[in-house]
Amino acid sequence: MPAGIVSYGAYIPKYRIRVDEIARVWGDDDDIARNLNVYEKSVPDSDEDAVTMAVESARNAISRGEVDPCRIGAIYSGSESHPYAVKPTSTIVGEAIGCSCSYTAADFEFACKAGTAAIQACLGLVGSKLIDLGLAIGTDVSQGAPGDALEYTAAAGSAAYVIGREDLAAEIEGTVSFTTDTPDFWRREGMPYPEHGGRFTGEPAYFKHVTSAARGLLEKMGARPEDYDYAVFHQPNGKFPIRVARKLGFSKDQIAPGLMVPMIGNTYSGAALIGLAATLDQARPDDRIFVTSFGSGAGSDAFSIRVTDRIDEIRDKAPSVRDYIGKAEYLDYAKYAKHKGKLRL
Amino acid sequence: MTSKAPRFWRCIPQRYNLIGTHCHNCGEYYFPPRTLCPNCRRDAKIEDYKFKGTGKVVTYTTIYNATEDFDRMTPYSLAIIQLDEGPRLTGQVVAAPEEMRIGMRVKPVFRILGKEGERGIIYYGTKFVPAEEEIR
Repeated sequence: MPAGIVSYGAYIPKYRIRVDEIARVWGDDDDIARNLNVYEKSVPDSDEDAVTMAVESARNAISRGEVDPCRIGAIYSGSESHPYAVKPTSTIVGEAIGCSCSYTAADFEFACKAGTAAIQACLGLVGSKLIDLGLAIGTDVSQGAPGDALEYTAAAGSAAYVIGREDLAAEIEGTVSFTTDTPDFWRREGMPYPEHGGRFTGEPAYFKHVTSAARGLLEKMGARPEDYDYAVFHQPNGKFPIRVARKLGFSKDQIAPGLMVPMIGNTYSGAALIGLAATLDQARPDDRIFVTSFGSGAGSDAFSIRVTDRIDEIRDKAPSVRDYIGKAEYLDYAKYAKHKGKLRL
Repeated sequence: MTSKAPRFWRCIPQRYNLIGTHCHNCGEYYFPPRTLCPNCRRDAKIEDYKFKGTGKVVTYTTIYNATEDFDRMTPYSLAIIQLDEGPRLTGQVVAAPEEMRIGMRVKPVFRILGKEGERGIIYYGTKFVPAEEEIR
């Protein structure tokens, strides 16, 4: 029985800071934006967090697909910035979108791939008919310590996917994961900012896991990169997804619609899912989309997706990713520090 | 610290989704919800009603010196908003002071309303943004 995406929604806060502005404060190289291929990043308002953005993206998904929230039998929210260590994000989302109380819920954490893991969990429950619809969310207000390399890219955003068996806007044809114990990036309990292994986050982490999951999926599907119209890869910066696409045999044109990181930065658990949303915003019926996430620690989930006729019916019923990107208000570093709570009063 | 969790929890339907009531008999809308319609009394037919959340600013004030909990938010504007269905409520409008004007259209957004310090619960709920900002 086919299962897949019934509806989707994204949310990106309206504030931005230019990477050049961050470099100016820390006296870093002028070329840093070009080197990262990230020119600006989204910044949450001071009253926004992973929960509020999850709710906004979930509400967009509900209205885009005109989904009855009472049909939702599972809510899984993936994030590495859940505002509570104990107390679920998913229950707040469930209440805010008007679900019944007959749903299961849990919060997922797997660095930047918790959202795609949530989609896989929903696929399992939906495919086995234990539930009618599942809601999977990737949401993050990611943190980078002042002056750390992460600060240039750590951004905020969310995307939500309603997973079901009927009225699909896109069928998920197959999924493959690749997971190992690789400590490339971490945040210990109680610590405000994550730590990372610098260059170690590249070859043994991002590239190994993304290429392994992607090749595993291509093999399982009996497909080649040219069989897909679009491809989306996790985008911690603007260089990695371009390089991994080339390595796997995907073209720049295939990844262009879903490459959001140069304009909004790395939205962590939201990154691959916002990229997929931006691709769905312009995909045509029968287009095929190849998606591979990456989460440090480390693992990748790859998906083969085929868009259906229904995409044209639902696409314009909620704001597109590019609608959000078009609404930008720029902050200087001081206001950015205030928004992010970097100043201890 | 004494948590206000039960008090917050009781208001979740109102704060998250603007759930009020509507009297089927006379057509009046109530927010916060009333279980009795003062127009119809025993003829009242009260039902729950989810407000659309769109409305206009009747009046507002901009806060520059806030209590400790809201110190980081300044300057921020509190407004009396008339919802399109009729009732008026007090809410924060997320907009720069120079954007604020009486009569402006607003729409709802989901935001953090406050926190019980570093260790307590987080209050989520509805704030408003200028509807001109509406993306669609």
